[in-house]
Amino acid sequence: MTATPTRRTPEPGSWLGIPAFPKAAPGELANETQRRNLRHATTTIRAKRVVRASEVPNWEELRTAGAQIKDRVGRHLDEYLVQAEEAMTKAGITVHWARDAADANQIVAEIAKAKGVDEVVKIKSMVTQEIDLNEALEAEGIAAWETDLAELIVQLGHDLPSHILVPAIHRNRDEVQDIFTREMGLYGTPAPEGISNNPEELAAAARVHLREKFLRAKMAVSGGNFIVAETGTLVIVESEGNGRMCLTLPETLVSVVGIEKLVPTLEDLEVFLKLLPRSSTGERMNPYTSMWTGVTEGDGPQDLHVILLDNGRSNVLSDPEGRAALRCIRCSACLNICPVYERVGGHAYGNPYPGPIGAILGPQLRGMEDERDRALPFASSLCGACNEVCPVRIPFTDILVHLRHKVVEYKTAKHPTVEQGIMKGAGWVMADGSHLATVQAGERIGGRVFRGKWLGPMGPIPIAKEWLKGRDLEPLPTQNFRQWWKKNREGGQR
Amino acid sequence: MSARDEVLARVRRATADVTEKDPDRDVPVDWAYGQPLATPDVLEDFVEKVEDYKAAVRRVKADAVPATIVEAMQALDTTSVVLPAGLPTEWIAAVEAAGIVTHGDEPQLTHAQLNTIDAVLTTTAVGMADSGTIALDHGVGQGRRALSLLPDRHICVIRADQVVSDVPEGIARLAPAIRAGSPVTWLSGGSATSDIELSRVEGVHGPRHLSVILVED
Ligand code: SF4
Repeated sequence: MTATPTRRTPEPGSWLGIPAFPKAAPGELANETQRRNLRHATTTIRAKRVVRASEVPNWEELRTAGAQIKDRVGRHLDEYLVQAEEAMTKAGITVHWARDAADANQIVAEIAKAKGVDEVVKIKSMVTQEIDLNEALEAEGIAAWETDLAELIVQLGHDLPSHILVPAIHRNRDEVQDIFTREMGLYGTPAPEGISNNPEELAAAARVHLREKFLRAKMAVSGGNFIVAETGTLVIVESEGNGRMCLTLPETLVSVVGIEKLVPTLEDLEVFLKLLPRSSTGERMNPYTSMWTGVTEGDGPQDLHVILLDNGRSNVLSDPEGRAALRCIRCSACLNICPVYERVGGHAYGNPYPGPIGAILGPQLRGMEDERDRALPFASSLCGACNEVCPVRIPFTDILVHLRHKVVEYKTAKHPTVEQGIMKGAGWVMADGSHLATVQAGERIGGRVFRGKWLGPMGPIPIAKEWLKGRDLEPLPTQNFRQWWKKNREGGQR
Repeated sequence: MSARDEVLARVRRATADVTEKDPDRDVPVDWAYGQPLATPDVLEDFVEKVEDYKAAVRRVKADAVPATIVEAMQALDTTSVVLPAGLPTEWIAAVEAAGIVTHGDEPQLTHAQLNTIDAVLTTTAVGMADSGTIALDHGVGQGRRALSLLPDRHICVIRADQVVSDVPEGIARLAPAIRAGSPVTWLSGGSATSDIELSRVEGVHGPRHLSVILVED
């Protein structure tokens, strides 16, 4: 037997081990460091977003325009795709199409092999997370290096991202210091001796560690924030300059882009380049935006590839009520404002898209076959805060309710569930006052039994056990309101 | 079926409910493109926003530009600089006279060479006041993209008439260059990250310092 070949890159965490949201959430809730880090980060970034959005006098009109442009693209996607393909091809880009993750990963690996490349540098991109590109390349003996600081923290930490924009949001400076000290040297330039937990020192260590990789890289992989259908221009928005390094220095650049990322014209960029930075990092503009229209002789990569990826996006598009989810420009404002996300963090959603957008995108991209995807539309309190911040006005609560309905339909088609039994019961109770009185009598008895909590938090209610697990309920009261009123107010005992 | 045909077929099936074939009529966009932003003083606004990114801004008359370039470089401890083709000869002469080592890019410098040079001096295509953004279209005086990326300090010169109110006007000015196939880079301050506990750190991978010289006449 041959020995197991050693990996080239740090082994990441796995989504596969994460149970469905209701089971994953309590564990994440118990992680106090993560909760503290998240609360701090989301509070800071929320406050910045509000200031930057309120500086723009026509913010609401911009949001409407953003929504309309994206709807236009979605509803006429075939035309815009063909137009973009033609424009990109004319500009010297090789355009590929991918039905799913396997297609896309294979195309990237083949380009690397054709170039004789065994490592690539990567710009942070949600789509390559979605298709698990790094692991696919690792399996082919190709090392993929993340170059965004947060992604580097995640990669070196053998971890999973937990936020769209700040994937290492769940980590604090001490944890980053540990990870850098332990791991950097295993994969390149080590962190300086005795490095502290100061963010400036940590960022400087990343600069040195990564510069070596940028300078020798022959091939880079990116996502893409926008493709302009009219001109075939690609747009990438970033902060650190690692994006520019990847987009400029290597000879070969492969960009994997979801088919929904198109905008019709160059002019449309003005809308999104105002909406995106203010909504995401709460800045007037992100430090760097790169736009390129094919190959420029003597400047930047001379071999450009774009992979147009479906991977479930056409599923999302096929539901007229749910398709608004494809407007998403991945700003992460909905995560930062979501009270559920703030408490449980990103990992419990079980996929790279967490928070409200993950809750509506996951089950639509992948379908309802998996229990974890069926749980996601319920991972929300329907408070509607996400509706208010989304720069492209995605109607989250409508889509969540719509998807909950679809989950119930899915389950009914398979087999009736406990939950449906309870809901039926609730219908019976609410339908008639005398039924309610009957139930209230039963509840009072129940309340007496469970008082003192010696049975644990609602565990033993036999039929409702599963349903109650994901929900916080007080023990039932021992008297109803009318009895309390009689005793405390009417009877004049006070 | 090829992946292309299959993806397109899926998309067409998914949008079978859309009967209006003209995208503009199907979804009108209520937005007037390319509008300027009403600002009392565009240059003042530009300077304020650029300084907000901790970039240094110097406002000067045209005849003071060469001396100001040297001053900006010295303030950043520059000992070597790369000069893209097409810069005015007075600028080059001033930099050389100050004893700063200059490098041209013809023949092209390697990435490793560029990595050892302290600074780059460029002109600019457009400035956008409301967001404090500077755009390069990598035309004459701006060099290819790597020149303003690998050196640690970027000194750029922008004329007052290149400053517009906001992003929509900026896109309108840049559109011809983009349509002609030029790459375009937008800079808003220096490289920065907020990835560790959301505390902003200036300078990760790109130039850590940006100096802007605004030329008014
Ligand atoms: S759904 Fe809206 S708020 Fe959430 S990430 Fe996407 S664009 Fe931003």
